[in-house]
Amino acid sequence: MAVCIAVIAKENYPLYIRSTPMENELKFHYMVHTSLDVVDEKISAMGKALVDQRELYLGLLYPTEDYKVYGYVTNSKVKFVMVVDSSNTALRDNEIRSMFRKLHNSYTDVMCNPFYNPGDRIQSRVFDNMVTSMMIQVC
Amino acid sequence: MEAAAGGGCGSGPSLLLSDGEQQCYSELFARCVGAASGGQGPGPAEAARVASGTASAAAGPVADLFRASQLPAETLHQITELCGAKRVGYFGPTQFYVALKLIAAAQSGLPVRIESIKCELPLPRFMMSKNDGEMRFGNPAELHGSKVQIPYLTTEKNSFKRMDDEEKQQETQSPTMSPLASPPSSPPHYQRVPLSHGYSKLRSSMEQMHPVPYEGRQPLVQPEGTSFGVSGAKPLRHQASLIRSFSVERELQDNNSNYPDEPWRITEEQREYYINQFRSLQPDPSSFISGSVAKNFFTKSKLSIPELSYIWELSDADCDGALTLPEFCAAFHLIVARKNGYPLPEGLPPTLQPEYLQAAFPKPKWECALFDSYSESMLTNQQACDLNGMEKTSVKDMADFPAPTQDVTGDDKQALKSTLTEALPKDVPEDPATPKDSNSLKARPRSRSYSSTSIEEAMKRGEDPPTPPPRPQKTHSRASSLDLNKVFQPSVPATKSGLLPPPPALPPRPCPSQPEQVSEAELPPQLNRAPSQAAESSPAKKDVSYSQPPSKPIRRKFRPENQSTESQEPSTAVGGPASGATVKPHPTVQKQSSKQKKAIQTAIRKNKEANAVLARLNSELQQQLKEVHQERIALENQLEQLRPVTVL
Repeated sequence: MAVCIAVIAKENYPLYIRSTPMENELKFHYMVHTSLDVVDEKISAMGKALVDQRELYLGLLYPTEDYKVYGYVTNSKVKFVMVVDSSNTALRDNEIRSMFRKLHNSYTDVMCNPFYNPGDRIQSRVFDNMVTSMMIQVC
Repeated sequence: MEAAAGGGCGSGPSLLLSDGEQQCYSELFARCVGAASGGQGPGPAEAARVASGTASAAAGPVADLFRASQLPAETLHQITELCGAKRVGYFGPTQFYVALKLIAAAQSGLPVRIESIKCELPLPRFMMSKNDGEMRFGNPAELHGSKVQIPYLTTEKNSFKRMDDEEKQQETQSPTMSPLASPPSSPPHYQRVPLSHGYSKLRSSMEQMHPVPYEGRQPLVQPEGTSFGVSGAKPLRHQASLIRSFSVERELQDNNSNYPDEPWRITEEQREYYINQFRSLQPDPSSFISGSVAKNFFTKSKLSIPELSYIWELSDADCDGALTLPEFCAAFHLIVARKNGYPLPEGLPPTLQPEYLQAAFPKPKWECALFDSYSESMLTNQQACDLNGMEKTSVKDMADFPAPTQDVTGDDKQALKSTLTEALPKDVPEDPATPKDSNSLKARPRSRSYSSTSIEEAMKRGEDPPTPPPRPQKTHSRASSLDLNKVFQPSVPATKSGLLPPPPALPPRPCPSQPEQVSEAELPPQLNRAPSQAAESSPAKKDVSYSQPPSKPIRRKFRPENQSTESQEPSTAVGGPASGATVKPHPTVQKQSSKQKKAIQTAIRKNKEANAVLARLNSELQQQLKEVHQERIALENQLEQLRPVTVL
């Protein structure tokens, strides 16, 4: 369902970014990069309340004419960004939430691996497979 | 079988075999292929596999065969590479025949090259007495006697010379192999050679528990063994064990080739080895190994980090960042397989799933087995290594003890054994030799918790020669009049308490320091940068200085940061050591033994040095104090001048 999925570290560099190779991937990279500003804005806006109460799912960050970008932040400021095709109208908020939840679970599994150093690029095959499953559903 | 193998042989274009060679090679090939599946698979299946023409000889018997050729390992490697088996990944008929030809070439003294096989060569010779398995190999028609099979193409002279050479080679090979078979016990557990070390250790200590998997390889051998009339059965067995320990990766293949998912099945021996390794990391087999511990351990296998990461992902089924025993076994097995060249699977094979592993080798069973083996090892082999390998988890800590205290507590052990024979837990009633851990079992039957180890440790301590009482530190235990012990205990929050103890000893000295302290408190703010903290920490530092004069560097570092505090220090510190010094000699002279006298004298010396340093510090700081005073006066003057002058 997703066209592009990215995991951004706290310092705003990508830990994992993958898009369906239909088009120029650079475009998606750019979109993810620009969406980081929106994410930060949303975080800081909610930051007035207690951080704990802040919801992890950020919702639609911004829509473009072709795509919609959704965001999700973990408590450790690791951001998940998902770019979805706008033409896919059947995709509902709940589904996006569940996809982010799956992403988050896979990400924690990756972190549990002692051979993974936080801050490295994610090279876990299990994570890849999970992301592929999320992306392939579209095609 | 022969026809199919012959057909397979014909497919090799560059290979020209004479009739005799063809027959011999096809025979050998058939045996190699047959050895992989023979005895387990049904006959028709085997024939069908061979007849399919795509038969490949399993690496195990092939490797053994090659080694029986008495060639050095490098040559064999070269041959394997040249014949293309490495490239292709298996020994097909072509590769096998090329390899045999190369072996023949090498044995004739020709260099191992592809060109060598073009010329007419004698048949390769394989030392029969090397292994029970190899006796089946070679040209049965040419069998001479029990030792060496002499191919018919060679001259008699060569053959006799070969016999001698092979005998010598046999002897020389076994010593060269034994170091490989018993590698150093250093951290690299992971080379397949250390795995064999585990195997050989297990083997040496568990003679009764003859490895079950080997049976699988030898059923064909036994009936044929008698026909070959092997004379040296015992040395064969020994060498067989050496060979097997050396070719442990082939074992993996062979033993597991009985099952559908070949390399992913853990054999009994491997399981034991893994369990022992687990215990070395974590005494309690029902608990788990944390991620960092496992990471350090697996990193020693020298696999790349991404591979290790992937293995972890596969084996840590519940993704909790820790490995239970079945998960650990699976991970270890995957690492071993990877080291031996198997590609990692996409998913965890069913035989490595934790549930499967737990079911296949239920815990109580192998506990009993290990306990048996442990008791046997106690009986047969009381070496520390066996104890380390075989002990149950409850005696894991004691495994560290037995090495040094083995001899000392030998008698105690015997006594324990006798007294605790009755107290054996119910599930191991047949073991007469109760090792030390049965004591813990007596206290808590079958418990493998840490609390049991404390009991054993207490026992151990009772058995050990009493450790010397803790050395009297410079806490001046005898100087009770000066209760310096109180000085040292509260190190951090030693604000008031630190100041109090020294003063009672020498009332006059601290008194001048008190007013001095007070005057310093009135110093301009720039000097009282961190007054309270400094005041607190300085007595602490001073206390530290009593007990450990070498901590002077710390105080010196402290000096540039806080001048005012240091000025307090020397005054009180000077008082302190002096008081200590005066009080010390009296009890010293009266009561101390010479050893403690010496210790106290060194302490005195050190305190004197500390004294000297502090006195110097004092003088320097006094100097600075004077300068600061002058500055203050100057500043006050300036202030006066700058104040608006009231002019009338």
